Amino acid sequence: MRRVSKSYGEGAAEVQAIQEVSLDVEEGTLVAVMGPSGSGKSTLLTIAGSLEEPTSGEVLIGGASLQAMSRNDKARLRRRTIGYVFQDFNLLAGLTAAENVALPLELDGLSGKKAHAAGLVALEELGLADRATHYPDQLSGGERQRVSIARAVVGERRLLLADEPSGALDSTNGESVMRMILAACKRGVAAVVVTHDAQLASWADRVVFLRDGRVVDQTVPPPSPEAILEESSRSGPRR
Amino acid sequence: MSVRHAILALLSEGPKYGLQLQKEFESSTGEVWPLNIGQVYTTLQRLERDGLVESDETESEGPQKGFHITDAGSTELSSWLNTPPDMTSPPRDELVIKVLSALRVPGVSVHDVIQVHRRYLVELMQQWTRLKEDEADFDLTFALVVDAELFRLDSVVRWLDTADGRLKRAAAEPPVSSTTPRLARRLVVRR
Repeated sequence: MRRVSKSYGEGAAEVQAIQEVSLDVEEGTLVAVMGPSGSGKSTLLTIAGSLEEPTSGEVLIGGASLQAMSRNDKARLRRRTIGYVFQDFNLLAGLTAAENVALPLELDGLSGKKAHAAGLVALEELGLADRATHYPDQLSGGERQRVSIARAVVGERRLLLADEPSGALDSTNGESVMRMILAACKRGVAAVVVTHDAQLASWADRVVFLRDGRVVDQTVPPPSPEAILEESSRSGPRR
Repeated sequence: MSVRHAILALLSEGPKYGLQLQKEFESSTGEVWPLNIGQVYTTLQRLERDGLVESDETESEGPQKGFHITDAGSTELSSWLNTPPDMTSPPRDELVIKVLSALRVPGVSVHDVIQVHRRYLVELMQQWTRLKEDEADFDLTFALVVDAELFRLDSVVRWLDTADGRLKRAAAEPPVSSTTPRLARRLVVRR
């Protein structure tokens, strides 16, 4: 994202949702965007995912500018390249887990049979093979979110965008959601997770802090994990 | 972490000698807290003096000298396990004091001060979370210690977030004119 701004309304009623936001997310990395509600996190994500147009600035995905694309090009990009994970899962109630996961591939023109097979592979990778024929209301919250992650990474997706992906889940399920997103990054996917939850954000390679629509700060890459153990050993147990 | 009670807990499983206690202590804390052998023996001597452990008279002095827990030791251990640590009064928290102080210093943005600390805490959390990444190397006691550290740091970040929001709302509202705080409560602060 290059100096992206988005405002809603006009004149006195104008609200700046995000202002001059620049953000790079390299392949294979997980970036978390942290900020309170109303800081512009979700707007940032919908613009990055081409679901919304910025008022100014530029968004590039794999080097291609979204602004230069036709509606059809953008729709194809959303089907093939970008995966979304939402807080409330957004699974279609009338489709089974496998059908939900296969849907974006079918919409992209893949035959039903091939799409279904790819969907099963994605479910299997997330430990949901035995849930393939279940409908969303037959799944637990954690399972539903895993299905939505499978749907977001199925096929050849390059960019994963997640909005409070562990919203209503307990911390164990939240952790497994982040492990899955991280596993996708290890396969080369670039991922952005927006959250207000520091425990989720701490899974990221880099945490960007958003306040009042502006990037105000970001973490520096952490030293080796062992450093924290050495530090902790120095302070030692209390007697 | 009380070394004294951790040693009693290890001896409650059966008689052990000093070196063994040192190794088991370290593995039972997920190797996060190393303990030197001198500290083990000093603690054992104090426990023996207080009648909470006894040494095996038959064995010679040195690293192979065995110790076992006494009835008084078992009672003390049980009482310690079931006594909640004192959390009745807030600790004198340096970070809270820094944020409160920032409010009074002219030309200092309390939001910027909060962000400095927030970033530092999140960076620490990233380091702890990295340790969780490889589940294969992640044993149960270590997992419990890492979780405890993450939740502790997380609670501080949440406090900073809440303070940030509260201060922002307060700045947007007209000031309440009063010479004395409406809600003046005396808090006893632990030193």
